[in-house]
Amino acid sequence: MIETLLIAFIKIVIVLLVLLTAVAYSVYAERRISAFIQDRLGPNRVGPFGLLQPIADVVKLVFKEAIVPRNANKPLHDLAPVISLTVALATFAVIPFGNTITLFGEEVKLIIADVNIGVLYILAFSSISVYGIALAGWSSNNKYSLMGSLRSSAQMVSYELSLGLAVVGVIMVTGSLRLDQVVMNQTNYLFGVLPAWNCFVQPIGFITFVVAAFAETNRQPFDLPEAEPELVGGFHTEYTGLKFGLFFLAEYAHMIVASAIITTLYLGGWHLPYIDMIDVSPMLMSIIGILTFVIKVTLVLLFMIVIRWTIPRFRYDQLMGLGWKVMFPMALLNIFITGLILLLLQ
Amino acid sequence: MTFEEVFFYFLAAGAIVSALLVITRRNPINSVIFLVLNFFFLVALYLTLKAQFIAIIQILVYAGAIMVLFMFVIMLLNLGDEKRLTDRVTWKQFVAIGLSLAFVMQVLYIVGFGETAEMKTMSAKAVDIGTVEYIGKELFSYYVLPIEAISVLIVAAVVGAIVLAKRKFD
Repeated sequence: MIETLLIAFIKIVIVLLVLLTAVAYSVYAERRISAFIQDRLGPNRVGPFGLLQPIADVVKLVFKEAIVPRNANKPLHDLAPVISLTVALATFAVIPFGNTITLFGEEVKLIIADVNIGVLYILAFSSISVYGIALAGWSSNNKYSLMGSLRSSAQMVSYELSLGLAVVGVIMVTGSLRLDQVVMNQTNYLFGVLPAWNCFVQPIGFITFVVAAFAETNRQPFDLPEAEPELVGGFHTEYTGLKFGLFFLAEYAHMIVASAIITTLYLGGWHLPYIDMIDVSPMLMSIIGILTFVIKVTLVLLFMIVIRWTIPRFRYDQLMGLGWKVMFPMALLNIFITGLILLLLQ
Repeated sequence: MTFEEVFFYFLAAGAIVSALLVITRRNPINSVIFLVLNFFFLVALYLTLKAQFIAIIQILVYAGAIMVLFMFVIMLLNLGDEKRLTDRVTWKQFVAIGLSLAFVMQVLYIVGFGETAEMKTMSAKAVDIGTVEYIGKELFSYYVLPIEAISVLIVAAVVGAIVLAKRKFD
């Protein structure tokens, strides 16, 4: 009993530390990559290559004055960023970041909460994340904030549908809601050569899911909630200092979690293709698994960042049109095709 | 008390307190927040009963969809604080108090006299019944007719909503 709790606690601490460091450095990566794309230098003064920039940013945010507008609802104004970040971090609990590792004679599963409703857990928490943004906009008592938060809530609710329906395809192929089962199912090979990743098995579902995940994380080209030319800063217009910092962290935490979910559901999770054909020790295999997972997540993250600086923002009606008239029917079609193929293969 | 009992009383107390806060807050947004909190206590209670599917659906549907809709409506209508009702006494209040008392008596009766040996132990099948697989199989075999009837009903409701909304724009 105590041992199980202790192992879980250690896993949580390690994952949180890695996740928060990754969040800080993804901000740095975003700034450097945007600078590269726009033919600038980007932050390069703090430390070698500007690598200590995240620390400087955090220190700056902590020491800034925290201003709450006079007519704001103070408790909810304080609560909103906390909800945003908590939800983002909590989602990571069900994501397997490796297979199993044997440490000190104890076989440890590399997943914090190995629940058999993993996929539903992710969807449930992504539906909760609306609260942070909606409450931030409403409690600020500012029309730009409210407009931003209403847009974002509408956007998240709309794209949640295609997100959920896209996942149904994966569940149908896997036959389980366990995320480690989803990964295990992708360790096979199609026609003996191609790794059976769900992005090859479920191409329509993959595209739908990735687009919906972009919309869920409020990233370009779907960053309508904070469209600067129209809405000042959107839902976080009235936030300063550490609370703004929390929203900032939450956005990048959401990105990392979304990348991790895409990796797990569609890109084979911690599985490195063809590694099982070579004879490696179990310990090395576990470490390779973790590294593979980290590298895949990083690549998806970099892809998200590059997209932000490449594609212009949608207009609001185009966004809704895409969500309801294109993504939603596509996700339904995917379920139909998947069902048909599964029936024929039986 | 065992660990489970402590856990249960903690969750039950949390659920009751948050439910009381829902009906005593004057600002409707605060009520919504406490109702969501109440759902989370309920979810934890469901999990102690090994009903994972109901638990996660409670978050997904109630906390994640229906309450967001509630919040939307409150924000869009810009509802202010509720007015106090204490200055007017109507017969409805007496009926409400009477009904609540009757309900409390029922609960007390069940707690005091209705307990059977069956209720004291958790059924061995509880773990299986709570899973998504079991519920899915039951819904699409034994309960297939009710499920289809409900889907038709929901489609009718959606079509009705669209017709009503469309009339306004034409």
